[in-house]
Amino acid sequence: MEINKDLIAASSAPLVLAILAEADNYGYAILQRVRELSGGRMEWTDGMLYPVLHRLERLGQVEARWEVAESGRRRKYYGITSQGRGRLGEEREQWKAVNSTLQGIWRALSIPGPVNHAASAAPLPQEA
Amino acid sequence: MQPPRHAVSLEEQIDQWRSYLRRRQAIHSVDVAELEDHLREQVAGLVNAGLATDEAFLVAVKRMGNLDALSREFAREHSDRLWKQLVVPPSDNGAPQAVARTDAIVAFCLAVAAAVLVKVPALFGIPMDDPHAGFYVRNASFFVLPLLTAYFAWKRQLDAGTLRWLAAAFVAGGVFANVYPFAPASHGEFGSTEALSALHQPMALWFAVGVAYAGARWRQVAGRMDFIRFSGELFIYYALIALGGGVFTGFTLMIFKAIGINAGPFVQFWLIPCGVAGAVLVGSWLVEAKQSVIENMAPVLTRIFTPLFAAMLVTFLGTLLWTGRGIGIQREVLIGFDLLLALVLGLLLYSISARDPRKAPSAFDVVQVVVVISALLADAVALWAIAARISEFGFSPNRVAALGENVILLVNLLWSAVLYLRFLRGRGSFSSLEKWQTDYLPVYVAWAAMVVILFPPLFRYI
Repeated sequence: MEINKDLIAASSAPLVLAILAEADNYGYAILQRVRELSGGRMEWTDGMLYPVLHRLERLGQVEARWEVAESGRRRKYYGITSQGRGRLGEEREQWKAVNSTLQGIWRALSIPGPVNHAASAAPLPQEA
Repeated sequence: MQPPRHAVSLEEQIDQWRSYLRRRQAIHSVDVAELEDHLREQVAGLVNAGLATDEAFLVAVKRMGNLDALSREFAREHSDRLWKQLVVPPSDNGAPQAVARTDAIVAFCLAVAAAVLVKVPALFGIPMDDPHAGFYVRNASFFVLPLLTAYFAWKRQLDAGTLRWLAAAFVAGGVFANVYPFAPASHGEFGSTEALSALHQPMALWFAVGVAYAGARWRQVAGRMDFIRFSGELFIYYALIALGGGVFTGFTLMIFKAIGINAGPFVQFWLIPCGVAGAVLVGSWLVEAKQSVIENMAPVLTRIFTPLFAAMLVTFLGTLLWTGRGIGIQREVLIGFDLLLALVLGLLLYSISARDPRKAPSAFDVVQVVVVISALLADAVALWAIAARISEFGFSPNRVAALGENVILLVNLLWSAVLYLRFLRGRGSFSSLEKWQTDYLPVYVAWAAMVVILFPPLFRYI
């Protein structure tokens, strides 16, 4: 299942903020975490994460610092700010509202969604 | 498997990839370093999963995404970099030089058209003489700004809807400039409302130029900020061209005088009016064409003069306190303080436009806040002095206009100071200050339009 681009774009900021709320992190590891959380269903183009991070930085919602990683390379770490936490809270409420609205209508329609497929995060057999 | 050979070729491949990325103007070397760290991590992860190094590299590059799309995203986020990119045609564009040449030709033709347009009324029996001076003063912006707007409309390929709005704005401006029965000029002095209308007309119509300049990006903070940058750079280029024009005029007069011919009328009725109009278009074209060649001048000047103004204003306030002198209420004092606020606003705007909004506060930011706050204090003293005696003076159109402008600038600077202080104390982001400034632009336009449209009937065209 591929999630459409608009949804990916809309969810990118809250997702990144939430991951940074867990702990300070750097780009590659943030993407790994996204993959892990979505069971591989949210495929981001790797490079596109960085403009998102830079925008959040400009808006003062995350802070960046350069550190030297254990590999000896310089690495840019990002951390959430209090403003970022504020936005995360707002986003969370909004997504909850969207989610419960959709839940309501799914239930009313009582269309059986593709639950079985979605639940299995592992790649489908025919892909092998 | 020959790990050493692979290791070397991986480094080479990464080198190649890095130099390819560096060619993109919107992606700076810091970002390249960040992306490279990502790429290396990805390659290492894939190699651990069992891929060969070169395979891992290919997959990692592919996952990074299409470089054109990536560079576009970066440009969208870092619009200050985009500003430089707008004009310089992308290097993979087939014929960048041809584009630049067409641009130059169009700009030059429009400059000539502006020069010709200045002389058109003379053909229809409105020569540049004394009884018609009012006509020229009221309509000065119409010789130049429609052509400038057309230039940007052509460059940005605006859609028909926007073009209609822009045309409507100019038509409305033309109507309001010419239908009012202004009191005729006496002793070479224009009536107050006529002078005010002539002064505010270009300010209001500059907005139309801005809409054309920013094109589809007009509604975005970045698009408006680009227009502010453009305005500042144009002002500097125009001042330079005017300087050259002055020297040229001087030599023209001198050299013809040597053979006993008076070039005065030619200079007065042809050279200066046509030059003044054409130079606006030439200047705009220069800003567009050269902005990536020369570093922007406006921020540099701001850096030099902000500390000087800070020192001067603090000294002024100190002297005011120390000596207990009041501000002498002359006619020009209020206008003087308006200009001071406008100048401080300019210093603020152009340092904002050049600042990387993600940088932490520095000493220069503190100086900037000192300038803003001391200007506010000085203005408050002046306003206090004037408010105390306004009933005595009465409300003339000039005074109301000056007072209105003062209030508009005061409100802007007050809130800017609040936002700036929040930023300095780490409680707010710099981009909110940027947003405040660009959101405020329509206020100036609305005020200028009000002076043009409402003031003449309100004050009975005096």
